[in-house]
Amino acid sequence: METVTNQSYNQMVKKASPPSKSARNIPMAFLVGGAICTLGHALIKFYMSMGVPEETAFPAASITLVFLSALFTGLNIYDKLAKWGGAGTLVPITGFANAITAPALEFKSEGYIMGLGAKMFLIAGPVIVYGIAAGVVYGVILYLFQLY
Amino acid sequence: MELFWEYVKAFLVGGAICAVGQVLIDFTKLTPARILVTFVVLGVVLGALGVYQPLVDWAGGGASIPLTGWGSTIAKGTRDAVAEKGIFGALSGGLTGSAAGVAAAIFFGFLSAVVFKPKAKEE
Repeated sequence: METVTNQSYNQMVKKASPPSKSARNIPMAFLVGGAICTLGHALIKFYMSMGVPEETAFPAASITLVFLSALFTGLNIYDKLAKWGGAGTLVPITGFANAITAPALEFKSEGYIMGLGAKMFLIAGPVIVYGIAAGVVYGVILYLFQLY
Repeated sequence: MELFWEYVKAFLVGGAICAVGQVLIDFTKLTPARILVTFVVLGVVLGALGVYQPLVDWAGGGASIPLTGWGSTIAKGTRDAVAEKGIFGALSGGLTGSAAGVAAAIFFGFLSAVVFKPKAKEE
């Protein structure tokens, strides 16, 4: 019964909402996300031109973007960009930094330990949990393959 | 001219990966948190299969900046650590490989949250 109502409701929503939403969202995500990655690439090239070896220049560029994202989240600019960029601001590593900074700032009023300190991992926590777990599974598989 | 193409490649690949994320938001019920988890795990898997590093070599920041690139650093760190330390590396490698990004996000996020004031609730 409930699934039927859900389905018909979804159809109503589909009919009522303007069809151009995705037609605008997807190109915007492409442009904004592409721009952030291009900035990242420029940073990689910049660090390498300063004599930083390639394997350090890549994480250094990521760290720089993380810093900028934390700064612009604090200044309430990143959230405004996210309204335009959608997934273009979510999927790059700046989105991860924003997912840490935004709840940390918002829940500061609940205290520095259980507010800022704990709520900072509201979204980043699951990302780290599943990323690291997947890495350990891969490592164990890799080790077993090396044995035989 | 070659330099120009490098940036074009970074823009196109990075934009395409983000566009996939937007398609997932618009056409599935995946929340942003689930999308981030999906992209990181996908990055670990693609990195483990050895297909992500060639993309990073080709597109530079276009592949390393999206969270799939961060996931692939987990796989890379794990592979290096297992080769060096055996089974212990399976545990230590992932965090080692991805440490810079995580520590930076935690530290700068912490600093930003301490320094700035939360925005006033709108609406």
